[in-house]
Amino acid sequence: MRLVLFILSAVITICLIISLNSQLPTGGSKTPRLGYFLSPQKGFWQNAEPVNANLNEDLKLDDLQGNAEVYFDTRLVPHVYSDNEHDAFFIQGYLHAKFRLWQMDFQTYAAGGRLSEIMGDSANGTNFLNIDKFFRRLGMVYGAENSLKTMDADPETKAACDAYTAGVNAYINSLNESTYPFEYKLLNYKPEKWTNLKSALFLKYMSFDLAGFEEDFERTNAKSIFTKEQYAALFPYGQDSLDPIDPKGTVFAKAGINITPPVNTDSIYFSYKKPVAPVTPPVKPEKENGSNNWAVAGTKTKSGRPILCNDPHLSLYLPSLWYEIQISAPGINAYGASFPGAPSVIIGFNNDCAWGFTNAERDVRDYYEVKFRDSTMQEYWYNGRWRRTVFRNEIIKIKGKTSDTERIAMTVWGPVMYDKNYPDKLHTNKAYACRWKAHDASNELRTFYKLNRAKNYNDYLDAISTYQCPGQNMLFASKAGDIALKQQGQFPAKWRGQGDFIMPGDDTTYAWRGFIPDSANLIMHNPERGFVSSANQMPYDTTYPYYLGGTYPVYRGYFINKRLSATQHISIEDMEKLQTSNHNIFAEMARPVLLNYIDETSFNSDEKKYLDIFKKWKLNNDPGEIGPTIFKLWWDSLMTVTYGDEFSQSTLPLPWPEASTLLDGIKKDSAYQFADDINTTDKETIGTDVMVAYKQAVAVLQKLDSAKKTEWARYKESGVRHLLRIPALSRLNLISGGDDNCVNAYTKFHGPSWRMVVELTDDINAYGIYPGGQNGNPGSKYYDTFINNWLVGKYYKLLFANKNQIQKQTDLKGKITFRRS
Amino acid sequence: MKFIIAVILTALLGYAAPLYFAWWSFAITSFIVAITVHQNPVKAFLAGFIGLSLLWGFHAGIIDNANDHILSQKVAYILPLNGSSISLIWITAITGGLVSGFAALTGSFAKDYTRSKFQAENVTQ
Repeated sequence: MRLVLFILSAVITICLIISLNSQLPTGGSKTPRLGYFLSPQKGFWQNAEPVNANLNEDLKLDDLQGNAEVYFDTRLVPHVYSDNEHDAFFIQGYLHAKFRLWQMDFQTYAAGGRLSEIMGDSANGTNFLNIDKFFRRLGMVYGAENSLKTMDADPETKAACDAYTAGVNAYINSLNESTYPFEYKLLNYKPEKWTNLKSALFLKYMSFDLAGFEEDFERTNAKSIFTKEQYAALFPYGQDSLDPIDPKGTVFAKAGINITPPVNTDSIYFSYKKPVAPVTPPVKPEKENGSNNWAVAGTKTKSGRPILCNDPHLSLYLPSLWYEIQISAPGINAYGASFPGAPSVIIGFNNDCAWGFTNAERDVRDYYEVKFRDSTMQEYWYNGRWRRTVFRNEIIKIKGKTSDTERIAMTVWGPVMYDKNYPDKLHTNKAYACRWKAHDASNELRTFYKLNRAKNYNDYLDAISTYQCPGQNMLFASKAGDIALKQQGQFPAKWRGQGDFIMPGDDTTYAWRGFIPDSANLIMHNPERGFVSSANQMPYDTTYPYYLGGTYPVYRGYFINKRLSATQHISIEDMEKLQTSNHNIFAEMARPVLLNYIDETSFNSDEKKYLDIFKKWKLNNDPGEIGPTIFKLWWDSLMTVTYGDEFSQSTLPLPWPEASTLLDGIKKDSAYQFADDINTTDKETIGTDVMVAYKQAVAVLQKLDSAKKTEWARYKESGVRHLLRIPALSRLNLISGGDDNCVNAYTKFHGPSWRMVVELTDDINAYGIYPGGQNGNPGSKYYDTFINNWLVGKYYKLLFANKNQIQKQTDLKGKITFRRS
Repeated sequence: MKFIIAVILTALLGYAAPLYFAWWSFAITSFIVAITVHQNPVKAFLAGFIGLSLLWGFHAGIIDNANDHILSQKVAYILPLNGSSISLIWITAITGGLVSGFAALTGSFAKDYTRSKFQAENVTQ
């Protein structure tokens, strides 16, 4: 009997330990190992940082070459003072890891198609294996490997990356299962050693995000249901209200490269009736990834010195993409926002100048149809003969399951992204190879490395000269008084329409005709109007000889240029106001058009009420306004009423027209050709559509009203989500203004990721803020500290100090000394 | 007195062991405590349970207090405990306590068994 009791209780104890030491299935995912997770000595409790902790530490590490000190200011921004450059990058890596390790590691898992390794093949309804396959087949790892070779070939970049990697790994080596960042404990895996390839992968991810938007398959599908004229009206080249970066009237030299379209384009490329089964990629970069940047010359400012402003718009996440830092070492003293995952300051300033970026939005990813000889895909038809395929095996490890191998056929174009193995939705046996600029070897880090050290305009030109992808509008201003903007990147020299659709890949006919010569890329240096600016609008008007491809938002740029032209004696406050402006210039243009078509005579009281609010609305997308909600619902509804019938001709994905296309269309022509509903015998006009759309909008508004959600912020329900999209780790339902056509382009989860205003006075006068916090640990009080101030448009004065000045600061949060052991 | 000694030893050793070994290593120390400070099964279980519950509960509580409940509130939404830090501390304490309690119970039975075997052998001699 006693033996039985002993055995029974021993079994219970052991079972209890085993189950608390395993990940148990729950709903669509798995629990952490609960015993470990809850253990106050090992688990998540160890990540709950004391709120009054200081960061003082003396570190002795093997890989250091000299001595360095890091001071943390009151917002936890590190100021690094090192006696040599190697240690500066080493420390940057160490600090990125100390505050953001999980995030930087996770981002490279995503970029490299390795999420299944930590998440399993699917969890909570997300098919991670499919996402991994997408990134592998897109050639992310292939591109990163290519770029790494170029980065290694440049001694300065290699030295910076090596030092950075060593710094990250020095921190990782100091960890144990008690001190792993929170998310590792939650998901039950361990940090992995950092490598230079991971930095390259991270940068390729930025290329994916910023130079990965295309609608080639959707447009190919559109070609099958629209006539040439309809297509041109739905997806026009250029917009009526366009104010290009390079102002209208600029005369361009003729193309130096032959960009005459191939002779057979009319029959086989611009054929508007041949259906192709398109595919829906599981991941798509945000179409609205955009940004604003501008610099005003001293002639327009109060101080007589240039002011540079930048706010890159990205999907907003916690931990934030950005990490503020000051790096000071011989030859460098730079401050700004850095990428956890890469050395150098990315957007910022130094003793002499400031720099910033917006996305060029150019289309640099195209697809070619490849004809394989047979199902083994060993050979494909190219230039009149069968050519051997090279295969690239990508092994995707899957948590708890056997690995999956993607056998990717590599062609002259690039990886075959879609074939019979991927994805299942492809109804044809056709294969499509992807040609993407990001596949090419390039060293983008050199640009940031050099910009951090730039002293003048020529240094800036040299720094950006080698930059290839993702193409950016690179802004510059200096204490010497220069302002400049260059659209920098390698852009394919395309004929009109090239790459809008899937192209034939039988021979070289449809290949890119090389790259646009650098001399044909726009550069503006101290223009007479006293400012340079970009907001992702088309860089040139349509007289530019090379085809631009892509889609370009038009309104923010128009508004910024209008404001900058009209303003003199500009101060920092003026620029902050402009950067956080909720003025909806699109609504300003569209409202009179809508009101022109409205007939109020038969309106009921609700319809009258909302129209009245709309008429009185001051055109600002402020959080408490109801006007923006009415406008958004009305306009979206009008888009659907106008185009929905035409677009329902296909059940397959189609590109959706831009809002500017509809506005330009109805302003130009009251008998707008798409106004008629093709499914009815009646002849609808734009007037009918506007009325129908309004009534639909009112029906939605009534529902919103009963839920108290008509105010713009309540309707928009903005947030900043944790990378794992776990609500408890995110900040949701934030009270915020803005929208994609406002300078403050904050939509639901996407917006100004780093606002910076720099006045280039003798002592740099700089302000900045990002919607996050310096510490990526959800258990730190610095996890999301900036968000509330960011929401209301406040800025922090950026402390750009030398060592003596910083030592006098009384509110420091700590000091770490780094010494060679 | 024996009970209090068992509770204190369970807590002390339950803290020391995971400093060097896995989180569950306290189960072994609780087992050993129950053998060396032998009590009836109910008391042994309670001593094991209380010793480790107090340890984990207080440890978690001290950390949580210094952290202003920032992390515990988030975790208490993930687990899900409706954001209650106190519930999370209780769950933590009970989880540790259960493992320790059953380990101690096993220890008590083990001692009973070996002792009875020993006595049986003595009788036959």
